[in-house]
Amino acid sequence: MATPLLEMRGIVKEFPGVRALDGVDLVVRAGEVHCLLGQNGAGKSTLIKVLAGAHGVDDGTILWEGEPVTFADPQAALRTGVATIYQELDLVDGLSVADNVFLGHESSRGGFTRNADMNRSARELLKTLGHPEIRPTREVGSLSAAGKQIVSMARALSRDAKVIVMDEPSAVLDPDEVKGLFRVVDDLRAAGTAIIYISHRLEEIRRIGDRLTVLKDGRTVAGDLPAKDTPTSELITLMTGRTVSSVFPRRTTPLPAADPLLSVSGLGRAGEFADVSFDVRPGEIIGLAGLVGAGRSEIVETVFGARRAGHGTVTVDGHKLRNGAVDAAVAAGVGLCPEERKSQGLILDDAVYRNISLASLGRFSRYGVSTEGAERSAAREAARSVDVRPDAPDRVIRTLSGGNQQKVVLARWLLRGCKVLLLDEPTRGVDVGARAEIYALVRQLADSGVAIVVVSSDIEEVLGLSDRVLVIADGAVVHDGPSDAIDASGVLDRILATHEHQKEDVA
Amino acid sequence: MTSLQDPSLSVPAPPKGDRGGSIGLARNLGLVIALVILCIVGVATAGDRFASSDNVLTILRLAAVVGVISIGMTFVITGGGIDLSVGAILALASVWATTTGTQAMAGDVHWIIMVFSAILVGAACGTINGLLIAYGRIVPFIATLAMLASARGLAEIIADRKTQIIRDQGFLDFFGAEPIGIPVIVIIFALVVAAGWFLLNRTTFGRRTFAVGGNPEAARLAGIKVQRHTVYLYALLGTTCGIAAVMLMSRTTTGSSTHGTLIELDAIAAVVIGGTLLSGGRGTVVGTLFGVLIFTTLTNVFTLNNLSTSAQAVAKGVIIVIAVLLQQRIANRKT
Repeated sequence: MATPLLEMRGIVKEFPGVRALDGVDLVVRAGEVHCLLGQNGAGKSTLIKVLAGAHGVDDGTILWEGEPVTFADPQAALRTGVATIYQELDLVDGLSVADNVFLGHESSRGGFTRNADMNRSARELLKTLGHPEIRPTREVGSLSAAGKQIVSMARALSRDAKVIVMDEPSAVLDPDEVKGLFRVVDDLRAAGTAIIYISHRLEEIRRIGDRLTVLKDGRTVAGDLPAKDTPTSELITLMTGRTVSSVFPRRTTPLPAADPLLSVSGLGRAGEFADVSFDVRPGEIIGLAGLVGAGRSEIVETVFGARRAGHGTVTVDGHKLRNGAVDAAVAAGVGLCPEERKSQGLILDDAVYRNISLASLGRFSRYGVSTEGAERSAAREAARSVDVRPDAPDRVIRTLSGGNQQKVVLARWLLRGCKVLLLDEPTRGVDVGARAEIYALVRQLADSGVAIVVVSSDIEEVLGLSDRVLVIADGAVVHDGPSDAIDASGVLDRILATHEHQKEDVA
Repeated sequence: MTSLQDPSLSVPAPPKGDRGGSIGLARNLGLVIALVILCIVGVATAGDRFASSDNVLTILRLAAVVGVISIGMTFVITGGGIDLSVGAILALASVWATTTGTQAMAGDVHWIIMVFSAILVGAACGTINGLLIAYGRIVPFIATLAMLASARGLAEIIADRKTQIIRDQGFLDFFGAEPIGIPVIVIIFALVVAAGWFLLNRTTFGRRTFAVGGNPEAARLAGIKVQRHTVYLYALLGTTCGIAAVMLMSRTTTGSSTHGTLIELDAIAAVVIGGTLLSGGRGTVVGTLFGVLIFTTLTNVFTLNNLSTSAQAVAKGVIIVIAVLLQQRIANRKT
C-alpha cells in the first residue's frame, strides 16, 4: 500500500494537571474521508489543534508523505497542506467572502490588495465547491451557517490543502444543508483530498466515512476500522467502555421510604427537551444517560433555574421553585456542579477557599461584614472532607488538577449544606484515581440523605452510581427504570431505537 | 508554565490586608517607589516650595475630587465594567444642587439640602447606567457613553450654560473649614478611601464584586444575583460622583456644566495603574489611592516648575504605559 499522506504516532500533549493526549495514533490516506470518533473530553479538540499547529506536542512523531515534520505554528501547518475548519468558524463577519478566503495570504502588489484578482479566484473556488451562487463580494456576516462553511472550505482549497479537518461541520446545519455538505465532501474526496471528519452522528459517518479512528481518554482505542460496516454497538462500546474499570460503591442500606425531595414534572424547553418528569427521594441517586446533545445538561440546568423552563414545574421539599431563578434554587437547597467546570463553575484566578465559600457568603458575614476567620476555617474543613490536594486553601485554583477542581465545586455545595445536588459530567477531565474518590463522595452524600441527579456520557458510570436511570434521547425520556434492571447495551439499544426512527424521518 | 506542573512549588498566598489583588505587596511596593521618586524630583527641583505642609495639603485637596470618583470606579472595574459618564454626572449633580430653586430651598431649610440633592442626582444617574447595563444588556462602554452625552447636555440646559455661584455661606464655611489643620474635603476623601477599602475587602458585597468580575457565569450558578449586583456597583459609583460634585462645588464656589470634563480618563487611569484589572475580577483600593496620588503629585511638581499642562499630559501618558506594561509582566509571572 502507498505511503499514507499523514501519519501520527504516539502523540502526547500535556497541560498543567492533565494529560490531554496520551499516545494518539492516526493514519490518513489521500482521497479518503477519515472519521474521528470519541466522547467529549476524549482529546479530539486537542488533536485538531495539534494538527493545525496551534498546540505543540510533548512527544510523538508526525510524518507527512513519509517524512517527519513539525507543525510549529498555524502557518507551518497550512504551508505543509493541513487546513482546519473549526466548529465555531473563524471567519471575519465584516469582510467580504473573497477577503475571508484569502485572509492571511492576500493577493497584492506593492502593499495594495488586488481585489479584482481575488474576487475572480474566489469565484473559481466557489464554483469548484458547487456553490457559484455565493458572490465573492458579499459580506460574510450575511451568509447562513452553511454558506459560511463553504467559505471556510474555499479558504482551505485556496491554500492547496491536501488534508482538510472538519470539526462537527453538520452541527449547525439543517438536513438539506447537510446533503449539500456531503456532496462537497464527496467531490473533494474524488479530487484526492483527504478529509478528517469529526461528528457525533453515527449515521453521517456511515454515509460519507471511509475509515475511522476512535479516541478515548486521550488514546487511540481503535484505528483503521471500516466506517460503513463496523457495528454501531461496537463503536459505542469503544467510545464509552472503560479502559480501567472503576469500583462503584454500592448502596449498603436499603433506600428508606420517604416523600420525594426533588420533584420535576412535565418540564420542557422548546427545541431542547420535552415532558421530562421524575422524582428523587432523599438518599436516592437518579442517573440521566444518553449521548452528547440529547438534552441532558439542558435538563439539569433548567431544574437549577439557569435556563427558563417553557413548560412544567420543579418542586423542592414541597415548595415550587420560581422559574428561571438560580438564587431561588440555591436558597431552596439545590446545588449544581456544572458541565463546563472552568467557565461555569470556578473563578480560576481566585483562591481555593474563596471558590468554596462562594455560595455561602451570607453565612460568613454579620450585617454584610465578612467574618473572614470563620469562612476560612469552614472552607478548609470542607476542602479536607472531600480531600482536595494539596491542602492549601490559599492556592489559586487554576493550578489544581481537574479532579481536585471538581472536588472544590463539590465542597462548595457541601459547605452550603444542600439537599439536592445536580452533577453534570462529574468526572470529565478527571483522572482515574480521582474518579474513584468522586464516586465514593457521591455515595457518601447520598447516604447522608442528599437527593442526587447524575448526568454522564459514560453509561457505565451512570448505571454504577445511580439507583434509577432515565435514558434521554433527542430531548425525550425513552426509558425510566431501576439501574440494576438494565445494562449498558440495554441503554444503547434504547438510544439507538430512537436514532433509527430519526433516520427514517430524515430520509 | 513549568513551575505550575510541580505541585511542590506553592503559589504564595495573597498577603493579609490586601485580599483584593493576589498581586499584593510587590505591586504596591512599585507604586510606593514611584511616588517616592516623584517626591524626590519635587524636592530637588522646587525645594521648600514642594516640601511644605501647605503644598502637601494642596496636593491632597487636588487629589480629593478625582480620588473619590476613582474609589467608586475601582468597584465598577473590579466588577467587570467601565463608566465613562462620571464627569458628566458630576457636572449635572453640581448644577442641580446650585440652581436658584435648590439654593432658595437650602436658604429656607439648611444647606445640607444642596449636599443631598447632589448625591441623589449622582446615585440616580448611576442607577440608570446600571439598569441599562444589567437588564437592558447594553455594553457598559456604550450605555455610559450615552449617559455622558445626555447628563452633560441636561446640565447645560438647566444651567443655561452659565456658571451658578453658590451664595450659601454656611455651605462654603463648612466645606472650606480646616479642623485640626486639615481641609474638610481631604477628610471626606480619607473617609471614602477607608469605607471603600472596607467594603471591597471585608464585606460580602466586596466578595460578590470580585466574583461577578472574575467569572459572572460561575457567580450566577453559585446563586449570586449578578444583575442586581451590577446595578448596585454603578449606583455606588454615581453616589461617589455626587460626593465629588459637592467637593468641587466647595472648592470652586460654583456649580457648572463644565465641571469634571475628562475626569473619567484620570479616574480610569488611576484605577488601572493602581493594579485593578480592566477585565475585572481583581481590584485594589489601596492601589487606586496610590494611582491618584501619583498623578496629582506629578501635576503639582510640573506646576511648581512652571511646566506646561501639555508636558504634564505627555508625562501622564508615559506613566500609564509603563504601569500597564509592569502590570502585565507581574500578571504573566503569576499564571
